[in-house]
Amino acid sequence: MLDAEHIRHSLTTAFPGAQVLVEDSTGTGDHFAVTVVSPDFSGKPLVERHQMVYRALAALMPRVHALQLKTVTPGEQ
Amino acid sequence: MADDVMQEIENEVRNNSVMIYMKGNPTFPQCGFSAATVKIFQEIGRPFHTVDVLSSPAKREAIKRYSNWPTIPQVYVRGKFLGGCDIVRELHQRGELERIVDEAFQ
Repeated sequence: MLDAEHIRHSLTTAFPGAQVLVEDSTGTGDHFAVTVVSPDFSGKPLVERHQMVYRALAALMPRVHALQLKTVTPGEQ
Repeated sequence: MADDVMQEIENEVRNNSVMIYMKGNPTFPQCGFSAATVKIFQEIGRPFHTVDVLSSPAKREAIKRYSNWPTIPQVYVRGKFLGGCDIVRELHQRGELERIVDEAFQ
């Protein structure tokens, strides 16, 4: 079981200056909804953006059952 | 053995315009994300093929390595990895998915 703060910390480390929102969608510590707003995504297709997030969370992914992802740049908000 | 599974995946994504790796099958999806993905492709109405990764543990692991993507479902269009459930949803909401799929059948 993970808590949202754990995921948020990994993401803010990997994407400095990003706005990161993590919700435990079921309250069970294994389903999360994540929004990352970062200029690092600029010019990158969705697959690449999601892969960047998965890479940042690689160590935690085995404990995550489901991850709902939203990846936007500040301009796309 | 592992290489055989990778080769099988390679053939599947090349031989099917739309290929979906999912949990369960379209009639009985075993996961909400797989269900949502299949539903969108059913709405689009073009033929698609599915593989149930729950019935093949080797393929379930191999597909994650093939695409460098840690989750199921995974969708391939014309041999190219399109994304998982969130990407399919987002492309569908933007109205882009139908065009991408239509192009795969031209």
